[in-house]
This record gives sequence, structure tokens and C-alpha cells, in this order.
Amino acid sequence: MVDAEVLEERIRQGMDSVSHLVVRDLTGTKDHWEALIVSEAFVGKTPIEQHQMVYAALGELMAGPVHALALKTYSPESWAQQEG
Amino acid sequence: MEDTLRERIQGIIDSNDVVLFMKGTKHFPQCGFSATLVEVLRRSGSEFQDVNVLEDPDIRQGIKEFANWPTIPQLYVHGKFLGGCDIIREMYEKGELDAVLSAKES
Repeated sequence: MVDAEVLEERIRQGMDSVSHLVVRDLTGTKDHWEALIVSEAFVGKTPIEQHQMVYAALGELMAGPVHALALKTYSPESWAQQEG
Repeated sequence: MEDTLRERIQGIIDSNDVVLFMKGTKHFPQCGFSATLVEVLRRSGSEFQDVNVLEDPDIRQGIKEFANWPTIPQLYVHGKFLGGCDIIREMYEKGELDAVLSAKES
């Protein structure tokens, strides 16, 4: 289990230029999460690379406290299209 | 990771066009994310080899290091790591998955 604030802090600290971040507890049990992340750092990266960047920022949290993490990653441009 | 384990994983990936490392089996998935990918592959009409990581602790841990990817399921197509649940489902929804699955090894 881990708190949303901890996840948000780790993502913001471990990644460059996060412009939008929403962390959601999917089950109310603090171990199944969804994160929506918009960052300039995702520009030019494949989806695999984007998710690896998030996993790297979370580090050891992925090896226990976080059982599941659904990821939605966007560059600012693709996020604007999504919103549009 | 030990070389023998890395070679074992590589061997599984090399000897099957489409391999899904998952929790449970394709007939009895034991995790919602694994079940999602089984369903996506079914709908794509793709034959695939399932590897139940719950039956093999070495592979369960090793596969995470193998692709630098800390979660399961993981899908490999023609020897290449294609993604986890979110990425594959997105490819499927965008209609991109069939082409990748049906492409012959280059």
C-alpha cells in the first residue's frame, strides 16, 4: 500500500517537466492505481519508453507496494489533441 | 539476472512467434490485466503461447528484469517486447495490433 501523495511526489521528482498529473486509487485499497501523466519528457519516446520512465521514477514501489498501475502517458501536444 | 535464466527466457521468446507471459493460463487467467490481454489476442484471432509466471518464480522475477518492465502481463511478438496491458490494449483499440501480429518476422 502507498498513499497517492507519495506516488505523485515520486513521479514529479523522478521525471522532468510533468505538466499534468492525476493519480487515482482504482479499488480504494491503495495498491491498484491509475496514473495520467503529461510531460514534455515523453516527446519522441515510444509508449514502452514512456512507461519505463514512469516505472523508473517509482523504483522499488513497483516491487511490492504498488500491485497494479494503469498508465496513461501523453506529451503536451498529444494531451491537447486528446482534450480537444 | 543469471545467464542461464536469461537464456531460458530468450529461448521461450525465440521459439514462439507470439508469447504472453501472464498470471494463470490463457484458459484460466488469474489476474484481470492478464485476462484482458488474453481477450484482446483472442479477438485478434492470433495463436499465442502462454507462460504462467505463477508456476515459475524464476521466470516471474526474471522477466521483469529481462525487459526492464516491472509488471506482468508482457507480450512478445517475433522476439520483441511489444508492451504490457495498457499499451497492447491501446494498440488494439487503434486497430494497430492485427498488423503487428500478422506480420512475418523480418
